[in-house]
Amino acid sequence: MIRMGDVMGKLLEVNNLSISFTQYVQGLNRHDLKVISDLTIDVGEAEIVAILGSSGSGKSLLAHSILGILPYNSHVEGEIKYQGNILNQELKEKLRGDEICLIPQSVNFLDPLMKVSEQAIGECKDEKEHDEKKIKQREIFAKYGLDESVDDLYPFELSGGMARKVLLSTALIGDPKLLIADEPTPGLDKKSVDETIMDIRKLKENGKGVLLITHEIDVALRTADRIAIFYSGYVIEINKVENFENADNVLHPYTKALINSLPKNGFNLTEGVQPLDVVSGCPYWENCPIRSDKCEKDIPNLVEHDGVMIRCFNFEGVNDES
Amino acid sequence: MNLKANNISFSYTKKRPILKDVSLSLKSNEIIGLMGDSGSGKSTLCKILSGHISHYSGDVTLDDKKIPDKDFYPVQLIFQHPEKTMNPKWKMEKVLNESWNPPQDLKNTFGLKDSWLTRWPNELSGGELQRFSILRALNPKTKFIIADEISTMLDAVTQVQIWEALINYCRANNIGILAVSHDEELLEVLCDDILKFDEINNL
Amino acid sequence: MSELPWYNKGLFSSLNLRQKTILTIALTALVLAVIFICGYLIDANLPTNFAIKMKPPSFEHPFGTDWMGRDMFIRTLKGLSLSIMIGLGASIISSIIATILAFIASFNDYCDSVVSWLIDLFASVPHILLIMMISIGLGKGAFGVTMAVAFTHWVNLTRVLRAEVMQINTSEYVALSKRFGKGKLWIAKEHILPLVLSQIFVGTLLVFPHAIMHESSVTFLGFGLSPHEPAIGIILSESMSYLAMGAWWLAFFPGVALLIVVLLFDIIGDNLKRLVDPSQAND
Repeated sequence: MIRMGDVMGKLLEVNNLSISFTQYVQGLNRHDLKVISDLTIDVGEAEIVAILGSSGSGKSLLAHSILGILPYNSHVEGEIKYQGNILNQELKEKLRGDEICLIPQSVNFLDPLMKVSEQAIGECKDEKEHDEKKIKQREIFAKYGLDESVDDLYPFELSGGMARKVLLSTALIGDPKLLIADEPTPGLDKKSVDETIMDIRKLKENGKGVLLITHEIDVALRTADRIAIFYSGYVIEINKVENFENADNVLHPYTKALINSLPKNGFNLTEGVQPLDVVSGCPYWENCPIRSDKCEKDIPNLVEHDGVMIRCFNFEGVNDES
Repeated sequence: MNLKANNISFSYTKKRPILKDVSLSLKSNEIIGLMGDSGSGKSTLCKILSGHISHYSGDVTLDDKKIPDKDFYPVQLIFQHPEKTMNPKWKMEKVLNESWNPPQDLKNTFGLKDSWLTRWPNELSGGELQRFSILRALNPKTKFIIADEISTMLDAVTQVQIWEALINYCRANNIGILAVSHDEELLEVLCDDILKFDEINNL
Repeated sequence: MSELPWYNKGLFSSLNLRQKTILTIALTALVLAVIFICGYLIDANLPTNFAIKMKPPSFEHPFGTDWMGRDMFIRTLKGLSLSIMIGLGASIISSIIATILAFIASFNDYCDSVVSWLIDLFASVPHILLIMMISIGLGKGAFGVTMAVAFTHWVNLTRVLRAEVMQINTSEYVALSKRFGKGKLWIAKEHILPLVLSQIFVGTLLVFPHAIMHESSVTFLGFGLSPHEPAIGIILSESMSYLAMGAWWLAFFPGVALLIVVLLFDIIGDNLKRLVDPSQAND
């Protein structure tokens, strides 16, 4: 069986990544909180992959983990590869800002006391490098319709739309190959959402890989090539965006429920909530219409079925039709 | 019953008015959608309707009478971020009971599990907390619900669950809802009628 | 991330950080309790023995003896215990004042400006001057000093609590509580107090070392406890007359002992702060 990650030309491969936190709960007890379990995903060149999960579910930690900015009470298992090389802390620090860039959520991520052009340029060794980067910065700002007067503005002087363009341009200065967009749309008006989606799709046309982290299914559907569904810490399905048009074309019962619950698809009710604590079996067992006894005890693996990655016993061990 | 807002104007600073001569009317057992972009001032209007802001011009009336401020306010606001509406040092049971003690079957309808009641707010997810904050607002004295982007941060499955439960309860108990959202498709599914915020705000 | 943080290496590696913090607090508190109880049990009227007057430190008298042949170790212990008692009284009273003022400030704008004015007034007068004035005004002695220290040390805690209460008052859960028909007193008691309780507690402990130091200072200067009471300040001021004669131990050991007690309280305060402050709790 060929796993998707083995295909050549993958920019980013995340294999069986688990992230847990050591937390102090009431009194003296230390408690390990598992936020991401056994996450496998990959992003190719000129590809947009979205991770879709409810807000606060911890999917942003994947971004933090790739950039090497997790807090130190976290514990990470599994591997992350960039262009086939294992991404260790040293390499992460070398690549972030240059090859791998984060598009942050809001201007609050910028230094409020620094002109935006200087922030985009960043640290420089000497005058020469600064001048080179300055030209590059102007070029990119101009490409996104930011004229020279914007260069000297401070973050608080930017309007919403300008701020978004500045954040995007800033991420693009080092000519990165992989961009991570962490919840780029909440709180934006319709027009800005449309623009953001356009901008991200344009990155793809320029050959860049994008990992889009979002809780808005609408944004994921309109932007991504593939969507990974994040449920209770697990990726339960990774499917091509076309298949999300119709609930019959996706495999996992939760994904079906998700599609059917959209207002445009009938706003259909599905009962059940995501489990609060770590469960021993499949995270969707409690609410699943096609469950078996096995699902209560064991966690299914993420396997490939017909070009789709799926975490469900109903597809595990079933031969590919192709 | 009839909730009316007459010629509401409001500004945080003198220079920039946010609301100008906004009027709307809402009847019990009616679900009206209010659509507008974020940052347009809909949240401010919601706070005025539900008594959270008092220094505005114009008036808000319930059956043409001013709403008394001291007692339980019959117009209840549900916020977008439930985690901010709960005291972090209170367990969920106390959070819920601050308003009222709902019967068990209603808790079941909203999918509240008994085990959640002994948890702290930071141990539950946004979707679970939002169930609490909705149920908390449904005190028997509540006549109108102002729902300000209550499902924006939630996944689509949870969105259906909480709206179904809320609308069923309100229809059965003659409570009017003003559903505020930027999502037109959602409002079309939920509401009897949709108002465009830009059209009622005379700026 | 796989690397062990510094506190997980070495002697106490089996304990987690929080357990270590609590262990530190418990040990420190134990030392202070022993000092306090020992001092409390000692009779203030020590026997005088002029045969052994002005002896430097020895195994028999670890802190030496004074000009009346009294053991300095026992006098120091007694003095420390008195200091701890006054410090305890003063810091509890000052925290109560701070809490009440912070809540009064949250009542309305007028109250707030009155409290702010009070804070500025007390912060602008040098502590030691104010303590001396209040102490003299209240007839000196233990009561005068305790009150004087209490009435000058509420300022910082009030400032912190006032800001904290103000922030909680603008929160959505307090706004909702009002819409549920809850009164101001109910909100203060149920919503605000539980959120500031830990800060009051830590604030009380952090005032403690200041209170002890100031008590000793004013006593040393002659505006605090009366000369027949065995306070550290009295011991130090008496020793001044003998320092020139080379009797260094009369000032050195009581002074160091006072410093250690102050540091111990500081350690407890800092550790407790780490324990209750949620932003640091998971470090």
